[in-house]
Amino acid sequence: MVDKTSVAAEIAEPERRKVFRKMFRQLGAATVITMFGKAVLDSSPARAASVLRPPGALPEPEFNAACIRCGLCVEACPYDILHLASWSDPAPTGTPYFVGRTDPCRMCPDIPCARACPTGALSPLLTDIKKADMGVAVLVGHETCLNYKGLTCSICVRVCPIIGEAISLKPIKNERGVLQIPTVDSSKCTGCGTCEKHCVLSEAAIRVLPRELGLGVEGAQSVGRW
Amino acid sequence: MRSLQATFYRNRWLFSRRIVQCLIIAAFAIELPAGGYFAQGNLSSSVWFGIGLTDPYIWLQSLFAGAPLGKAALIGVVIVAGFYLLLGGRIYCSWVCPINLVTDLSYWLRQKLNIKSNYTLSKNLRVAILVLSLLLSLLSGTLAWETINPITLFQRELMWGSVAGATVLASIFLFDIFVTRRGWCSHICPVGAFYSELGRVGRLRIKATQAGACHGCAECIKVCPEPHVLAPVVSKKAAYVTHGDCTRCGACLDQCSTGALAMSLSFKKPSAFKGIPVVSSD
Ligand code: SF4
Ligand code: SF4
Ligand code: SF4
Ligand code: SF4
Ligand code: SF4
Repeated sequence: MVDKTSVAAEIAEPERRKVFRKMFRQLGAATVITMFGKAVLDSSPARAASVLRPPGALPEPEFNAACIRCGLCVEACPYDILHLASWSDPAPTGTPYFVGRTDPCRMCPDIPCARACPTGALSPLLTDIKKADMGVAVLVGHETCLNYKGLTCSICVRVCPIIGEAISLKPIKNERGVLQIPTVDSSKCTGCGTCEKHCVLSEAAIRVLPRELGLGVEGAQSVGRW
Repeated sequence: MRSLQATFYRNRWLFSRRIVQCLIIAAFAIELPAGGYFAQGNLSSSVWFGIGLTDPYIWLQSLFAGAPLGKAALIGVVIVAGFYLLLGGRIYCSWVCPINLVTDLSYWLRQKLNIKSNYTLSKNLRVAILVLSLLLSLLSGTLAWETINPITLFQRELMWGSVAGATVLASIFLFDIFVTRRGWCSHICPVGAFYSELGRVGRLRIKATQAGACHGCAECIKVCPEPHVLAPVVSKKAAYVTHGDCTRCGACLDQCSTGALAMSLSFKKPSAFKGIPVVSSD
């Protein structure tokens, strides 16, 4: 008499092996695709902000998660300064940003862009536009800035919407005499971009950058080297 | 004149659908003389006459990416999800999604050019992509599908004048014509997969009206973008199309010459299936 169970087992075994093989193959494919996808997403530009966000934007990683790329802020801006990033822009696709040199934020007192945001990616808690933190102005062109050459251009100081607080002229003495240096108070500057917009040089000597890029971040590297 | 009327009648659902789709695109794209638009934003989140609507799938990605809940978006999600939950999720596909215009055109051309080649893809692929997109959102802290989603890309890029969107649209168009029949919408798009799951129990359904009326010609199945959903009805095993994949496009209704099918909205508790009702004509 033939043992039925053993025959059944013999037939079943390769079947089961096939199923397992298929399962492993699918698992393998899923792992590879996940790793690949994550690499692609992580390599997308601006994991740390390299563009200026509208006022009230959460810190970049949270902003990236919270913003649903709807463009309501873009449409709410009466000066039409905001854009949603396309693939080639240095920000994750679909997120809003502006370029100070082309079109700075006019610091509307009622902050319509943040009011329009449905997700809180632009924080509803921001009620005073002077407390906005879109970035910070940094005078980078110490050799090109006209005030450093002894002239009194001072355009960047005169156009600042919070003149005298965010940016002011500080005298320094050198061999050419007394120079009036545009000096930014990083705790008051909102990063609106107006100063950069109006710098008379063909490439601005004062740049408005996201805070981490403009000021650096403390404590990221150990002090000294081994 | 007669024939014109007949043509219109035979395409009544198609025409209605196209009108709705185009109106939605226009509401976002055409500036009103008084300034502003009927609808602000895009299909991720929009404001219609002061009412905010938010796409639940995009919101879900955001949630997985670790975002805090915004109140306005939450209300918008509840409205939209409620609508599709109640009526049927993939109504979005046939009546709202702009990509449907492209993929339907692809399919039409495919028929006209009589292209038979078909690279078979599993219907589960889109569900896998759906799960993957949520997993990747969780891992990377960004909205994974939104980096490539052609639906919102279409609105952002094409409407606001760029070619990146056009490239993506063209690839979908060509993929659907030459590679896989109904490739994008029925096999790949996780948005469709999401709405299919969301609207599983939706109560706006295709209904078989009278047992005798259907000759079993299966013409409806030939035009249906998701043919498997109609099979139980045509083989008289069910009185309703209950599968979540049905897009409520009405192509089957346009096609059926006997009136054996109807679109029906019923919130009654589904009774056990007792065969298709026979209506006697005395
Ligand atoms: S504060 Fe005003 S100008 Fe600046 S981004 Fe918002 S709406 Fe535009
Ligand atoms: S309104 Fe808010 S969610 Fe929408 S694009 Fe702007 S920041 Fe993002
Ligand atoms: S970015 Fe320039 S103009 Fe704007 S607040 Fe800062 S210093 Fe003033
Ligand atoms: S399956 Fe995706 S692309 Fe196709 S109509 Fe539905 S949502 Fe749009
Ligand atoms: S069953 Fe009818 S309404 Fe549903 S997808 Fe198929 S053709 Fe469209």
